[in-house]
Amino acid sequence: MTKDACKQIVLDIIADIAPDEDLSNIKPDVRLRDQMQLDSMDFLDIVMELRKQHGIEVPEADYIHLASLDSCADYLTPKFEALGK
Amino acid sequence: MNTSSHYDVAIIGAGMAGLAAGIRLAHFGKRVCIFERHNVVGGLNSFYSISGRKYDVGLHAMTNWVPPGVKGSPLGKLLRQLRIDRDEFALHPQKRSRIAFGPGGETSLVFTNDFTVFESEVARVFPSQIDGFRRLVALVKTYDDVSLDAKPESAREIVRRHISDTLLEDMLFCPVMYYGSATEHDMEFGQFVIMFKALYLEGFARPLDGVRVILRVLLEKYRHAGGERRMKCGVRRVIVGAGRAERLLLDDGTEVTATHVISTIGAAETQLLYGNEPASGAPGSGGSHPVGRLSYCETITVLDRPPSALGWGEDTIVFFNDSPRFAYEQSRGPVDPRSGVICLPNNFSFPEGQDLPEGLFRCTCLANHAHWTTLPGEDAYQAEKTRWYDDIQRSALRFMPGGLAQRDALRAATVATDMFTPRTITKFTGHLGGAIYGSPVKIRDGRTPLTNLYLAGTDQGFLGIIGAMLSGISMANFHVLAAK
Repeated sequence: MTKDACKQIVLDIIADIAPDEDLSNIKPDVRLRDQMQLDSMDFLDIVMELRKQHGIEVPEADYIHLASLDSCADYLTPKFEALGK
Repeated sequence: MNTSSHYDVAIIGAGMAGLAAGIRLAHFGKRVCIFERHNVVGGLNSFYSISGRKYDVGLHAMTNWVPPGVKGSPLGKLLRQLRIDRDEFALHPQKRSRIAFGPGGETSLVFTNDFTVFESEVARVFPSQIDGFRRLVALVKTYDDVSLDAKPESAREIVRRHISDTLLEDMLFCPVMYYGSATEHDMEFGQFVIMFKALYLEGFARPLDGVRVILRVLLEKYRHAGGERRMKCGVRRVIVGAGRAERLLLDDGTEVTATHVISTIGAAETQLLYGNEPASGAPGSGGSHPVGRLSYCETITVLDRPPSALGWGEDTIVFFNDSPRFAYEQSRGPVDPRSGVICLPNNFSFPEGQDLPEGLFRCTCLANHAHWTTLPGEDAYQAEKTRWYDDIQRSALRFMPGGLAQRDALRAATVATDMFTPRTITKFTGHLGGAIYGSPVKIRDGRTPLTNLYLAGTDQGFLGIIGAMLSGISMANFHVLAAK
């Protein structure tokens, strides 16, 4: 699992949750919240979809790592690798 | 334990809140079952047929309509959370609505799905009040109305800080109260804000085929996500053990167990399921949680022509009141015809060439539940319906173009009529007191004395049809999906 592949997984989940958002120009180093309308309900859904689709658990204390695409990749890539992906 | 009858979550009631909660939970892999006593889904927003003719009950219009692309709205939240594509609801915006006050509707404010229309109407009719009105709107826009722990404040008091003319005050409150308030005379400010946004800042829309479309979409999502439902099988009793809802006794006499239970049937109605007294359904027997005092009658008149043929082609909804003050309170007589709501479901902006198969004219007034449920026998009930059908129509006609002079034309165009009363509401929804909007006391966090039983829907306190669905979503998220 590369970090870019990991970012794509997160983007796919966001596209599924928020089909009304334009994801073509998302900057990886800027907070997702600052680039589109995502509230706490949507972040809960990102976490839930990671669990549902990929078997990845994100404890509440770690939600902060999901702030931007870059931080998502840093945090999630080792978790995917630990699952052998 | 018989594992085949154990659910992660059992939901009581297949109304908007129950279905929305069910979709969320099933989507995330919970084993969910919805138990519904009636044979039709929808609860307070449902449908029926008589002689091959389809009727909607409840829904006049979907509130909270915003144009595609507007972010952060309740409608947008709902669509995202339930993974519904906006086009699936196929919503068509209203033409315009009106608040008409005075014995013949002498003072009138028009509003549409474009808020600037309403603002300019207030400026035109109440020039001295417009600055205060704008301050009130600014406050409404910034108020955190979805907070689960806001402290209750009187909406009348807050509105009066900005609006000094009681006529305008009453006109603002009339639609907001009729479309969701369980409280007489006043509202909690947070609830006022929810409804003010839903009606005035956002707006009305409807699918061509009405509430059936919404329910069909919800059912499809729920089924697709793997949710189960049991129709004509309500929960008769919640059996308590160790402070929890330990088992559910169903109408068919069998029992199921569930890790979590979400009840959407109302606070007092739920209390009766686990309290000591058996659920008698009699008003006032709701244990310690107060039963709502506000109930309604609605007349439905089917016409052989569209309302536009009677000169009624402009108004989608008309909120009326004939008295010096608007009294939103339990009706003292069988029906209180002084104020009410008229709905013309044909008058939405449907695509060219599409309209409902027949004309519809619906009128709603406050009514007294005790009166309608204690009439001596079926003949007396039917006679009372006939009498009040006429009185409600006559009252409403005063506020329509042409006024009472339209009576004969309306009668000539009428091909079928129906009417629901407080008795009908209790019979089909189980709401004590015929209280469509439930108890005046809302439980925002949904908690009950039982640790695994939560409330959603009407008595959790997000008002309106969108509010009901968001309530189901919020409670499923808060108590089950995000629970530690």
